[in-house]
Amino acid sequence: MSAAAEAAPEVLGGVDVGPLEDFAVLEGRAVVVQGRQVAVFRHRDGSLSALDAVCSHSGGPLADGQMDDRVVVCPLHLNVFELATGKACSGQPDITAHTAAVHEGRVLVRLAEER
Amino acid sequence: MAAEVGQRAVDGATAGTTATADVPAPRRGGTGGRRRLVVVGNGMAGARTLEELLERGGGEMFDITVFGEEPYGNYNRILLSHVLAGEDDESGIVMNPLEWYAENGIDLRCGVRVDRVDVHAREVVDETGATTPYDVLVLATGSSPRIPPMEGVRREDGSLLPGVTGFRGIDDTRGMLAAAREHERAVVVGGGLLGLEAARGLQAHGLDVTVVHSPAHLMNQQLDAAAGAVLRGQIEDLGITVHTGVRTSAVTGEGRVDGVVLADGRRLDADMVVLTAGITPNTQLALEAGLTVERAVVVDDQMRCVDTRVGDGSMAEGVFAVGECVQHRGVVYGLVAPLWEQASVLADVLTGADPTAEYHGSRTCTKLKVAGVDVAAMGLSEPERAEDEFVVFSESSRGVYQSVVIREGRLVGATLLGDVRKTSTLQQAFDRQLPLPEERLRLLFDLGSGSEEQGAAELADDAQVCNCNGVSKATIVGAVEAGSTSVKGVMDATRAGKGCGSCKSLVSQIVELAADGGLTEDPSAHYYVPGVPLRKDALVAAIREQHLTSVSAVFAALAPGGEHDAKSTMGLTSLLRTLWNEEFVDERGGRFINDRVHANIQRDGTFSVVPQMKGGVTTPDQLRKIADVAEKYDVGMIKVTGGQRIDLLGIKKEDLPKVWADLGMPSGYAYGKSMRTVKTCVGTDFCRFGLGDSTTLGIDMETRFQGLESPAKIKMGVVGCPRNCAEAYVKDVGVVAVGNGRWEVYVGGAAGASVRKGDLLATVESPEEVMTLVGRFVQFYRQWGNWLERTYDFVPRMGLERLQKVLLEDSDGILAQLDAELEEAVGAYRDPWAERAEPRTPGQFRTALPLVPLPLVPQRPGGAPGGVLPQTHSSSAAVPAGAQA
Repeated sequence: MSAAAEAAPEVLGGVDVGPLEDFAVLEGRAVVVQGRQVAVFRHRDGSLSALDAVCSHSGGPLADGQMDDRVVVCPLHLNVFELATGKACSGQPDITAHTAAVHEGRVLVRLAEER
Repeated sequence: MAAEVGQRAVDGATAGTTATADVPAPRRGGTGGRRRLVVVGNGMAGARTLEELLERGGGEMFDITVFGEEPYGNYNRILLSHVLAGEDDESGIVMNPLEWYAENGIDLRCGVRVDRVDVHAREVVDETGATTPYDVLVLATGSSPRIPPMEGVRREDGSLLPGVTGFRGIDDTRGMLAAAREHERAVVVGGGLLGLEAARGLQAHGLDVTVVHSPAHLMNQQLDAAAGAVLRGQIEDLGITVHTGVRTSAVTGEGRVDGVVLADGRRLDADMVVLTAGITPNTQLALEAGLTVERAVVVDDQMRCVDTRVGDGSMAEGVFAVGECVQHRGVVYGLVAPLWEQASVLADVLTGADPTAEYHGSRTCTKLKVAGVDVAAMGLSEPERAEDEFVVFSESSRGVYQSVVIREGRLVGATLLGDVRKTSTLQQAFDRQLPLPEERLRLLFDLGSGSEEQGAAELADDAQVCNCNGVSKATIVGAVEAGSTSVKGVMDATRAGKGCGSCKSLVSQIVELAADGGLTEDPSAHYYVPGVPLRKDALVAAIREQHLTSVSAVFAALAPGGEHDAKSTMGLTSLLRTLWNEEFVDERGGRFINDRVHANIQRDGTFSVVPQMKGGVTTPDQLRKIADVAEKYDVGMIKVTGGQRIDLLGIKKEDLPKVWADLGMPSGYAYGKSMRTVKTCVGTDFCRFGLGDSTTLGIDMETRFQGLESPAKIKMGVVGCPRNCAEAYVKDVGVVAVGNGRWEVYVGGAAGASVRKGDLLATVESPEEVMTLVGRFVQFYRQWGNWLERTYDFVPRMGLERLQKVLLEDSDGILAQLDAELEEAVGAYRDPWAERAEPRTPGQFRTALPLVPLPLVPQRPGGAPGGVLPQTHSSSAAVPAGAQA
């Protein structure tokens, strides 16, 4: 899991994408952060992960995928990506992982540094 | 070559097999207190045993000494025929060079023969007179060419007449190659596998070759007479002369061979003679040491030798044997696969890696290219009992012969000659005793399916195997080389076979081929879902026993470490709904997106909406509503489906609840692993051929079974006569009116990636009986079908006869329960599209691609062909306002 449940300092200053209640447990939700589509996933322990919202295989909506503690499965062709790193587990190109956390009941997302 | 297959239940060895697998206690005679292991024989069995030992850490447990009579490292004897044919050189067949022994700390006594074994003093004496003590002795002495009784074959000193040779080792091969350069005519005595290889090899060097084989047909160990005849044609086409059914009675020549005489008096000129009439196990050492020897050295299931002098069948302490020199349960093997299995068991026992390991004999399958002809043979070559089934295909002009022997529905033998593409499928069926297709011909041919017409072996590397996911043969082979050795592992790594699934068996074949005997079975292939290590029956029992009503409860109680697994949640959700109906605790994240929003996701992230249209019958009012909705929501395409409904494609996720409200029709379940639709023909009302009211029955069936959760989708069809206009014969459940009020019920049909005609489950007398029977079948399938197992796999797996017994005769006494459970499930039906006033979770209908103007599917205004790409459709309303910063 990429972020603790409350107030990870590195995302303070990240973009507020809405109240935590908008994010269902064990589901993904897509948001726009600084012009970029990000899928935010809420883990069962309350922590959050954030990945690029688009599958690197054929553009599938990862926020609609099924997740567990470790990975999300794209709904279109069942490609698998690690939630913490964006690493592809089924032979596709990796995707970018971002940082998400909760601060005072709001979900904050900070985009990864572009390499 | 292959030993006779006789199952003598008890021989000298079995008396002691129940003894615990105690390995001799360390005598600590070796360095550092290690046991001393001596292996006599450095051939394929001996060296394989060493490899297996080292793999299990045997290098740390033993000081190892190996005696090899031949002055070489270890080489692949099977490939000597390639060396003879000039296709390979000696260096190409070396498996372990001399350095390998040194690197692994093995003391190789190369070119040193062992003369004597003293099992009491526990030492071996070699030809130099030196004694080597041991704690553990392994005899791997192999075998020698059998010298058939022929006048003149030996000289007075017992040696073979010059020009006469066996074909067993590197030295024999070198001798034959040298002779081939100087001579012109060769006679090969023995037309088995090795003889034909020798004949082909010599002929490649320009010799005039004759094969003399005393049994009635070639390769009689593996082939029946008809196959032998086809093979003979192929061999003769190569220009090799063949005589069968006649013994070679004498070898002639003074100082050097000049010919042979056959038993019928014919004389054949020859300046070299190769003896390939079988092998004799090398048992002299064992015999003299007092070990029990029958046709070969007798061993128990742990490869332990028997000491005759103790007299009561006790084991000789610390003495084991492996390979062609052993007789196990009455069988002597001459093929490499059993040797490998034996070596692995022996290594398990000696190292203690698995002290209870046992060898239970091998089902031998011979796969080889003999003299350029592909041959595969396993088990029986001919039927033995009157009730054995025998399926034969012979096309001698093309050199193709195929036959299978079936006993009690299981494969007990197969012979393939010339066309061996079906080998791996047959071998699986043979090894694992799998159920066979009812049409036996399918064992030999792919009927009605184009995907497997080429065997795995012939397929080009860049050939696409999985069309759904675009996976080539090379990618699959690459995954195997990268370490995946199970079919499931490769499928996970490459996603081959994970689309429509029709290529699965080809994928297995390629994996099997690439793994080259190293195929493993991933136990999770039998799990209901990958993340919970239980088969469906055990999983269901555990869920019931522990009253697990939610997906997370199942993970917590039954998954290793309580870990959630995304790939398992959909299957578990389906199963729990089937088991608990109203009690099921719905966790929305456990559902696949289609089941969260009750629509089928499309390639661009939009959805398709298919309203229910029972039996494919509609009304002007329904059509008007559909037309209005299509216009109002700018539907990308309106399509009449194969299931006799109307599909509205390209609907945005956020519009779904509004679309349902405007339609005012229930869901058609075109997205779920559930009962989908019942197709019907126009039945008796209008059709002038109709024998039964299929339309009404179809509508009634759809009403009863609508939305039922199942392991995979269920499609049904009802037709009013056998003209089959609504394709009932190829549905999961198909009902056909046959007149006089009678209806046939078919199950297990398919017309998708697989095409299969359903099996006739029963003919019943009324529509009510149809409903009852179909209900029982559906409920039985819901309970026993594996996740994503369509009925076309389920029905053959269960077997039609068993289904008939259970569902018609109530053999298991479960019908009342099936009826009650189905009734409960039917009662629990709720139209999912009614779930629209309030989202079930926040953002249930929010777009997952907020910046992409959906739909991206082409617009086809009014459903017209040749649509245009859409204008931009804003979906920005779905983006959380605060996120735009």
